[in-house]
Amino acid sequence: MSPTAGPRKQIHLAAHFPGVNNTTVWAAPPAGPTTAPGRDAARPPSFGSQIDFASFEHLARTAERGLFDFFFLAEGLRLREHKGRIHDLDVLGRPESLTVLAALAAVTERLGLAGTVSATFNEPYELARRLASLDHLSGGRAAWNVVTTSDAFTGENFRRGGFLDRADRYTRAAEFLATAREFWDSRADAGEPLPVDHRGAHFTVRGEFGVPRGPQGHPVIIQAGDSSEGREFAASAADVIFTRHSGLEAGRAFYADVKRRLPAYGRRPADLKIMPGVTYVLGDTPAEAQEHAAEIRRQQVSPQTALLTLEQVWGVDLSSYDPDGPLPDIDPDPHGELAQGRVRIADPRAVADRWRALSRAKGLSIRETVIETTGRQSFIGTPQDVARELEAFVQGDAADGFILVPHLTPGGLDPFVERVVPLLQERGAYRTEYTGTTLRSHLGLPDPARPVRKD
Amino acid sequence: MPVPHHPLRLAVALDAPQAPPPSDAAPYLALARLAERGTLDFVTLGDRFGGPGPDALSVLARVAPTTERLGLVATVTTTHTEPFHVSTGVATLDWVSRGRAGWTVAASTSEAEAALVGRRPAAPAAEVWSEADEVADVVGRLWDSWEDDAEIRDRATGRFVDRDRLHYVDFTAHTFTVRGPSIVPRPPQGRPVTVVEVADAPDAGHAERARWAVAAARADVVLVRAEDPGTAGAARAALHDRARAHGRDPGALRVLASLPVELESPADAVGLADLLGDWFAQGAADGFHLRPADPARDLPRIVEGTVPTLRERGLFRHSYEGTTLRDHLGLPRPASIYAPAREAVR
Ligand SMILES: Cc1cc2nc3c(=O)[nH]c(=O)nc-3n(C[C@H](O)[C@H](O)[C@H](O)COP(=O)(O)O)c2cc1C
Repeated sequence: MSPTAGPRKQIHLAAHFPGVNNTTVWAAPPAGPTTAPGRDAARPPSFGSQIDFASFEHLARTAERGLFDFFFLAEGLRLREHKGRIHDLDVLGRPESLTVLAALAAVTERLGLAGTVSATFNEPYELARRLASLDHLSGGRAAWNVVTTSDAFTGENFRRGGFLDRADRYTRAAEFLATAREFWDSRADAGEPLPVDHRGAHFTVRGEFGVPRGPQGHPVIIQAGDSSEGREFAASAADVIFTRHSGLEAGRAFYADVKRRLPAYGRRPADLKIMPGVTYVLGDTPAEAQEHAAEIRRQQVSPQTALLTLEQVWGVDLSSYDPDGPLPDIDPDPHGELAQGRVRIADPRAVADRWRALSRAKGLSIRETVIETTGRQSFIGTPQDVARELEAFVQGDAADGFILVPHLTPGGLDPFVERVVPLLQERGAYRTEYTGTTLRSHLGLPDPARPVRKD
Repeated sequence: MPVPHHPLRLAVALDAPQAPPPSDAAPYLALARLAERGTLDFVTLGDRFGGPGPDALSVLARVAPTTERLGLVATVTTTHTEPFHVSTGVATLDWVSRGRAGWTVAASTSEAEAALVGRRPAAPAAEVWSEADEVADVVGRLWDSWEDDAEIRDRATGRFVDRDRLHYVDFTAHTFTVRGPSIVPRPPQGRPVTVVEVADAPDAGHAERARWAVAAARADVVLVRAEDPGTAGAARAALHDRARAHGRDPGALRVLASLPVELESPADAVGLADLLGDWFAQGAADGFHLRPADPARDLPRIVEGTVPTLRERGLFRHSYEGTTLRDHLGLPRPASIYAPAREAVR
């Protein structure tokens, strides 16, 4: 297929570091390389360390080679638990976001550096200062993914403790961001800083900000959270949304819904970029890609992971079941709370019924059922297929770009950059060089207006 | 007074006391590379809650990948920050520098700084330093909360970590609680180096007494601001006594005399070497933390004048032998406090 005539939307790409999550494959297949964490930045093994700086450096350099808009780090402030004990099956252990991004600023030149930081367990002055520092130290490449940690479980590590219900989480996040912007704007020109004097429902803060306005004016703001409150917050204040709506139809509906909310805030559709988190699997032929994808799913869902996933739905101990056998006949406990630090399943009974029906119909074991139902691989095919589909999503207004979530650390992005990026470029849908130096310029976002001094 | 028989330790402050701190990376990179050429043990970068300039921890993280051996010590104020964030931030500096991180414990008594957060009013020095002591305590426990070999990647059982080697710290302080474990695996040095700055006399008032208590209980390195070798040496001896009273081995405490320096000519740099050699010979300190009036002018003179003179006299290293800040300081890598408990259970 050749590119159609007329102006093409340009695809934005970002790289998610494949550390802590339930899709990162950490064990090499039996015939594969050893599982020793990699310490060699030049040739890191695919099943490398999720904590050594060499891994972050490798992925970030790869993303920059691929002319990506930004590198993205997720955040979790407590280790997940299952049955009251630390969850031990997935990758865990990660660095603190903003510190590792400051170090990555040393080994990259253009790549945006996005850190997820909770608005619930931080304070505006302190975070505004750290973000402004990162923006200066990186020459204008900082971004903040504003998340709103929802559980009291995480609160046990912090002074403020507890948690906020959904409505308060977003009012706090919105006021947090507004307060941070007051700090950034207080240094809008070269003169003396104007003291900030903010009195609100969540924060009453006063004083001078010590860091001059950063090269981007304000760091880029990313939002991740799907409720109506979350979307409204994004429409009012974010530059990018990180979403999980990665299917074409779901993506279009989400895209339309969010962009529709913008005019109420005096914003244009282009002011907010929608970037779903997606995975990909490449093969030389479609069949090979499918085979490879199935293999990855088996690595992601070990027998132990299959049982644990089932226990999270059923809410009861199922450790005596055979992962290669049939699903349990017993019904889930609607009040079972086996897992902490993870999204709760809304209606366990309905999920269990659906899974049992699927398992009976296709003759699937527990593990096969979990593989079938929890799969989130988005783009599977030859590099040509994947490039074409990615572009179809963007030209079809299901996305403005993608946050790629590789399943291997740290080499998981290499094949994409080597094989797919050149095809996107050939299609005229992707940059062939960075034209600006700041993340705002990569995203085509204007610098925020400097406030007019009232004195 | 006992004369130290180990090599002299040498550190330098990157802060320019007279000038507003730069926001971009370049000036810090230039100074750090120079300090590394001089094989200094570490550089410090100050920070003050509410202060001007970029966040010190972020600056030194930015410096880390462009240096290889130099120790990097950032000031972190414990009064308004979350202890959990302090612990993960410093641990991450240790990861990105591959074992060269340290932090200087600070506390804030200022009403203006408290108003920037608005969470609680300012408190007197004795209170905020006693809180700083608890923060330093829990920070160390969080670093230990992952034993070194917690990551096992055991294919047979499907386990990425051995959860028996991860520990809840369940720490209850007067103003906060932390459940743990850390989200960051144990850093390369086990515990990054903890630094405390004190004045030469512990009885100089409430504030100073409280800082001395933190130094004696928590510090790996104490920076003593002293005017002459006699008082510096007395402070060193007093710190050793107090550390011993806390059940610590005073041999694992490095006391550096912290001196303001202003080198107006290359000759001053050699004069400085004479002075340092003299103080060192008198047992005033294990080494020195120099605070240049103008780092951009003074640091080149230290590296090109003072350091070579000290080397000629056999007082200072010609090259780095180890790779971590603990190596440079001759401080052992501590075992996790939780490791023996696990052995005992088995
Ligand atoms: C794609 C995506 C990524 C997210 N990443 C994080 C994260 O890294 N850390 C975190 O604490 N929360 C994360 N969240 C959680 C959100 O910040 C938010 O707390 C959650 O989605 C609940 O809000 P909601 O009801 O608006 O969806 C993420 C959410 C989404 C949709």
